[in-house]
Parts: sequence; structure tokens; C-alpha cells
Amino acid sequence: MAKPSQPAVKPGDDAQERRNFFTKVAAVVIGGFVALIPAATGLAVFLDPLRKKSKAGEMLPIAPLGAVPDDGIPRQFPVVAEHVDAWTQSKQPIGAVYIRRLPGQEKPECLSATCPHAGCFVAYDKPTDTFKCPCHNSSFAVDGAIIEPSPSPRAMDSLESEIVGGEILVKYENFYTGKAEKIVKL
Amino acid sequence: MKALVDWLDSRTGIRDLMHEALYERIPGGARWRYVWGSTLVFAFTVQVITGFALWMYYSPSAQTAWESVYYIQYQTAGGWLLRGIHHFMAQAMVILLALHLMQVIIDGAYRAPREVNFWLGLILMQIVLGLSLTGYLLPWDQKGYWATRVATNLIGVVPLVGPALQQLVVGGADYGHHTLTRFFALHAGILPASLVGFLVLHIALFRKHGIRYKLPPKFADTSFWPDQVLKDAVACLAVLAVVLFLCIRPMFSGEPEPGVPVTWGAELGAPADPSNQYSAARPEWYFLFLFQFLKLFEGWGESGELLGAIVIPGAVMGLLFLMPLIGKWNLGHRFNIGLIVILLAGVGYLTFAAINEDYQARWTDHGQFAELLPVIEELGNDEEKIHSHFAGDAARIAEYREQYQAYEHYRKSDEYLKAVEAAEVESHRAIELASGPEMIPLTGAVTLLRNDPLIQGPRLFAQHCASCHTHLPPPVEGAEPSPLLAKASAPNLYGFADRAWLTGFLSADHIAGPNYFGGTAHAEGEMVGYVKDTLSGWEPDDVRKVVLALSAEAKLPAQAAADAKDSAEIEAGRALIANEENCTMCHKFGDAGELGAAPDLTGYGTREWLIGMISNPMHERFYRDANDRMPAFAENENGEGNLLDAHSIGLIADWLRGDWLRPAREEAAVEVAAEKADADAPPPADPPTNTEAAAPAAAPAKK
Ligand code: FES
Repeated sequence: MAKPSQPAVKPGDDAQERRNFFTKVAAVVIGGFVALIPAATGLAVFLDPLRKKSKAGEMLPIAPLGAVPDDGIPRQFPVVAEHVDAWTQSKQPIGAVYIRRLPGQEKPECLSATCPHAGCFVAYDKPTDTFKCPCHNSSFAVDGAIIEPSPSPRAMDSLESEIVGGEILVKYENFYTGKAEKIVKL
Repeated sequence: MKALVDWLDSRTGIRDLMHEALYERIPGGARWRYVWGSTLVFAFTVQVITGFALWMYYSPSAQTAWESVYYIQYQTAGGWLLRGIHHFMAQAMVILLALHLMQVIIDGAYRAPREVNFWLGLILMQIVLGLSLTGYLLPWDQKGYWATRVATNLIGVVPLVGPALQQLVVGGADYGHHTLTRFFALHAGILPASLVGFLVLHIALFRKHGIRYKLPPKFADTSFWPDQVLKDAVACLAVLAVVLFLCIRPMFSGEPEPGVPVTWGAELGAPADPSNQYSAARPEWYFLFLFQFLKLFEGWGESGELLGAIVIPGAVMGLLFLMPLIGKWNLGHRFNIGLIVILLAGVGYLTFAAINEDYQARWTDHGQFAELLPVIEELGNDEEKIHSHFAGDAARIAEYREQYQAYEHYRKSDEYLKAVEAAEVESHRAIELASGPEMIPLTGAVTLLRNDPLIQGPRLFAQHCASCHTHLPPPVEGAEPSPLLAKASAPNLYGFADRAWLTGFLSADHIAGPNYFGGTAHAEGEMVGYVKDTLSGWEPDDVRKVVLALSAEAKLPAQAAADAKDSAEIEAGRALIANEENCTMCHKFGDAGELGAAPDLTGYGTREWLIGMISNPMHERFYRDANDRMPAFAENENGEGNLLDAHSIGLIADWLRGDWLRPAREEAAVEVAAEKADADAPPPADPPTNTEAAAPAAAPAKK
């Protein structure tokens, strides 16, 4: 294919140059502006999740007191709550907790089933009476204390609980994993 | 034709383009070792094509992602193959990438002037890994959900921006619709588009520099077309053949046909459920090394995770990027080769370690722990006990510790394998239910499992009933009965109210045994006395009629055909029960007898009867104050403060009755089994050890 050769534009006189300068500025400004508006709008919406707060920290009914005998053995319960997921709202299980009661005590102890290492579902191991994470082998004592050496940086997350009218209520919260401190996800 | 091409050429210069593309000079001739790049382009093209087709069906939201993937896999013609190709080609791509990278480094093809192209290649590699990471979540099954939770949680440990970054990736504070929409936008839009962009640059630069050959060429130069193209095509064919083989491999292990809930093509786990313990969570196999790597940071606290998940992998990537600069010197080049070999060996080792940790129970002989077990059960990991048991003998303590560790490793692997199996059962069940006549409700497939007696029954039973009751099938011939049976303080409810169960119950040899009243106060009660003293003197055939009649009350689905067939005997049995000199002396049965002395036999074993019994055994219809330790699970009619809600009790009742949705083909099998069981029904006084009679009623619907 023969390439039609056109003479390149030669730099002209001063007036021409000045005009060129304005043309360049105008091109950059207008070009930048038309690109900026959609990009900024897109970015703003993309960043929207940063504004969203998780609806945590409510006291949720988990189980009647009778469902947790005072034998020191933790029992697993789903946490059922009114859950808003973007455009849907429904009552559904949003996580799980372990609750146990020490012999002779009414007050339950409640632990989140989420591993503080990276968020797997911690399992209770009856034969050894410990909690074990099926992912990277973190283990925890039955009261949630970390058993070293474990990759988890902290103990299992205990959750506030209370008894109202024979029902165990738990303040279910999510915490950042992988941190030595227990920081609530907001 | 020529005129047309001429016309096109004059407007586009297509001839030059084609010529440039096809007649690139290959110094030293076409080689097999040059095919990797082309196979990668091929693999990517396949992903684009299959990806577009998948896209036409896929719907990213928490209630539709699993559901639409299920639809692709099981309801569309060839969907399993499409998904299978996409799934396995993604894995092939990772392997090809590794090979390509290794070759480039060993050949020194990253050195000047090809540095920039090497960097482009590394960027491409990151994009491909990003594609596979995002793709893993999209089916929104348990596997993808839990693996992605871990992956996104790890982002959170990045200093300062981690939490914000995590929130952006997840699309909010919790996992949900927006996690899917974001991952999908990345997977099908941003990542492939950038991949195309970088790929164009990569290939353009490659063309600019030409092939880098190591040794003086042995053969004459050729051009890309047709010699190298043929070799490339053959290599692509080989890749495709492997992928296709992986898609249909269940065929060679005797699995039925695609469409039946089995894994032709790619597997689909059970729908994601944050409240459902999932102990089988693992990343895709080529990320296993990273997964395993994290385990090494035991006791490092917070910094361990940062190092293991971010800093070290980042540093390694950084080193790879520096390779062209390091490789300027000959020693540097050797260093690079050494580095890549060590890296790959490390990756290989960690992958192997991860697999070994998970699967060792498969190749470990359980028998080796037989002697050890009682000791472990007694001592466990208790310092004091161990010390006193071995009288402080350091050598023996050390030996014990070692054995204990080995056993714990075995047990952990065993548990993992069980979790995998349970996950498979659950996913098959989800698929079975979704394929059922009621299809998937608007709330999503996860509700199918939450409302399924077959899945929830055993869980609820384990949690609420199993501290007293057992649910054990009769032991297979020659096997010892389970030790659990002797420990139980309440009847074995396996096959409750079916013919075999009642046959055992009404037998003098068994009623006070561990399967029935053995562990309860009723062992000394009037019923046991009646069975032993009175019923044992009956004509065996009459006892049989009573069993048939009482069992028919339960209307067990598995016995429907048998009940219909034996209607005459059932009638006779009903008359026997209703006779005021027999059962209705104490029991109520229909209009005969009175409530108060013993459980009501009207509708014995029906759903309603069981719900009543579980809700309140102290009710006058059941045991009143003769109730032996069974708690009332739902005493209050308004539901407040009850141990179990009505829904859960219903699930337990349905499960005990074997009343759950069965796929049509299994329904037929159950009927056949029931008829067969009936044909060789046990003589009346036989204990329920006849597996065939008992099995169909409550055998789990696992194929
Ligand atoms: S997530 Fe529990 S140990 Fe890593």
C-alpha cells in the first residue's frame, strides 16, 4: 500500500505559535474535562461501599436458656437477624456463635464462630475440648483463649450476652481478622 | 475473489498486515519450545468464548448466582461441558503460565532489550491469577464463598488502607450481592479488558524483538506460517484434549451420565451459607501453597499474617520484576535461574504439604493407632496426667507426644475428608432438590437446604436428641454393634415405627435391650412386663398383624406400597389392638381405650404424633408423669421460650419418618426395596437385625 506522504506542519511565525499554544491548552482542558466527568462519577459510585455501615451491635435472641445446659460444653447456634443486603431485606442466618455455661452458672459465655485469623468457621472438637480452625490450624481453648503456637493473632472473639425472659441474647458483631486487637467492623 | 481482496487491500492494507503476521522470521526454524506463548493465547481465547456463553446465563446476586450456575450445569444442553471447559482451561492457563515464565527465564529471554516485555508478561500473570481468584467466587457455593472470605480478609491486614480496600473489594461491610457484582465486573470486564490490552503490547513487543534463541541455530530459518503454526496448533490441540478429558473423566470412574447430580465438567458445591459450618474450605489448588504458607507463621501474631500474606509474596513478586536488571550480569542470570527453580520447588513443596496434611488419612493405616487410642483417650494432651502415667520417664513421654501428634494429624485429616464428603452430600442434595418438582424458590436455593429434613434432620438430632437417643442402623452382618448403643439412655430411633422397629419392640428378647427401653426407667415398666409375659405367648402371626397394623398407623412413605398390599392383615391387626383385652387395656386406639395410662396409639408414628411427642412428652396423649427424662421441646403453644421452634421439630419428625423429597428414580428403587423386604419379611419374633427390612425406611438418599 502506498502511503500518501503529506508534508508535516511546519512551525510558523509567532502568531501561529501563540495560536498553537492556546489550541494545545484548550485541547488538554476540554479533553481532560470530558474524560474527568465520567471517570469521577464512576469512581464516586465505586467508592460508595466505604460509606456503608454494617448493621451490627444489636442484641439478638439466639436460644432459650434451656438449650444450653450448664455442663461447660459449647453449643453452636446460628445467628438469625433481619439482614439487609443491598436491595433485599430478609430474616436469615448471618453467622454462628458458640455458647456455653459453666456448671452452676446461669450466665452464658458466648464466642463468635468466625476465626480471628482469616475468617473461617471454627469447629468445636469434642475429644480434646478445644476449638480448632479447619483452615490454618489455629486452636483455641474451650473458653476461646488462643493455644500457642497458632497463626491466629488473638483469641476467639467473645460476644456480649444477656438473659432476658429465659432467652439468651447476644450482641453479634464482626471484627477485623488478622489483627492482634479486636476491632469492630463498622 | 482476487478483486475483492484487492479492493479490501487498497483500503486497509490487509495484505501487508497478514504478511507481517504470518511470515515473521523464525531463526533456526520452528520449534516445539516456542509453543507456550501461543497455547496461552489459545487458552485465553477459549476462556473468552466460553465466558461469553456463560455470561448469557449467569446472574450475579446472592439469590441467583448459584441458581443460574446450577441452571447452566444441569438444565442447559451441554452446559456442563461449557462450564467444564471454562473451569479446567483456567487451570491449564496457570500451568502454561508457569511453564512460559520458566522458559523465558531459563532462556534469558528477559534480558535487554526485552525487559519491558518481561514486565508486561508478569503483569499478565497477575491478571490471570486475578481472573481465577474472582472466578472462584462466582458460583456462590460454599467452597467459593469461604475461600473468598479468607482471601478478602487477608486484604484487610494491609497496613492503613487494608480495611478500606477490603470494603471496596467486598462491596460493603458484609458479603452479599455487591461482592458478586464487583467480582463479576472484575472477572468479565476489567480484568479481561486489561488482559487484552497488555497482551497486545506483549505480542507487539515480542514481534518487535523477535524470538530469542539461545544457541546458534541448527536449522535454516523458517517463517511463522505454516511451520510454527502447525506446531502451535498441535500444542493447542493437546491442551484442549487434556481439558476435555478432565471434563469427562467421571465417565472413566463409572459415574452415570451428565445431568444427574454428579460432577461431569466442573463441580458445583452447596449454595453459600454463612451460618453453616464448612470445614472443607480450601482455595483453588494452585493457591494451596499460599494457604499452606500462612500456617508456617504460628505464634507470630499479627505480623505473621502480614508477612505471610502480603510482604513475602509481594517481595517475591518484586524480585521477579527485578530479574531483567539482575540478569544483566552472567552471575545475575544464574541467580535468576536459581531463584525461579527454588521458588517453584518451594511452591511444589508447600502444595504437597498442604495436600498431604489434608489427605494423609487416606493412606494412613488406622490400625496403627489401635493400641494407642485408649491411652490417648485417657491422657489426651494433659501435662499432669502424662507425667504421672509415665512416671516422669522423659523418653517415654517424648515418645508418647510424638505418637499423640501423629494421631492428631491423622484425626485432622480424617475430619477434613469427612467434611469434604459431607459437603458433597450437601451439594448433591441441593442439586437434587433444585431439580425437584418445586424447583428453586425466590429466596434462593439455600432455603431448599434449610428446609430439607434429610440435611437438617441429622443436625438437629445430633444437637438436641443425641445426648440420649441413638439413630443407628442395624450392624451389618458379623459386625459389632456400635458402642454408642450401650451408652445411650433412650431408644434407638433408626426406623422408628417401621415394621422392623416394631417387630423388635414387641419382642421379649429386645424390648428391654439397648435399642429400646434398656436405658430407661421403662425397662422395669408395665409394657416390658406385658411383652415378656403375655405377648410372648401369642401366635407369632398375630404379633405380626399387630406390628403391621401399628406400623401402618404411621403412614411411612417408604412403607406405602407394603401397607396397601397387606391391608387385610392390617385390618386384622387393628382389631387385635382395639380389643379391650389387649392393647387398649392401657392405650387409646381410635375410639377404643382411654388416654392417660400409656401413649396414644392412634396415628402412632405420624408426623403429627411425633411433633406432639417431641413438643411435650408429658402431655396426656403420651407419658404424663411416667415420662422418663425426655424434655418438652415446645411446651408453650405460643412458641415463647421453647427449646425448639415448630419448624425444627417438624424437620426432625420428617427425618425420623424418612419423609423427604426423593428423586423419581430413587422413589422407584425404594418401592422395589420395600417389596423385596416384604417378600423376605422376618418371622414375627425376629429382632430388627434384618437390614433389608429396616434400610429402605430411613436409608439416607445418598447414591
Ligand atoms: S482462618 Fe482460622 S486459622 Fe486461618
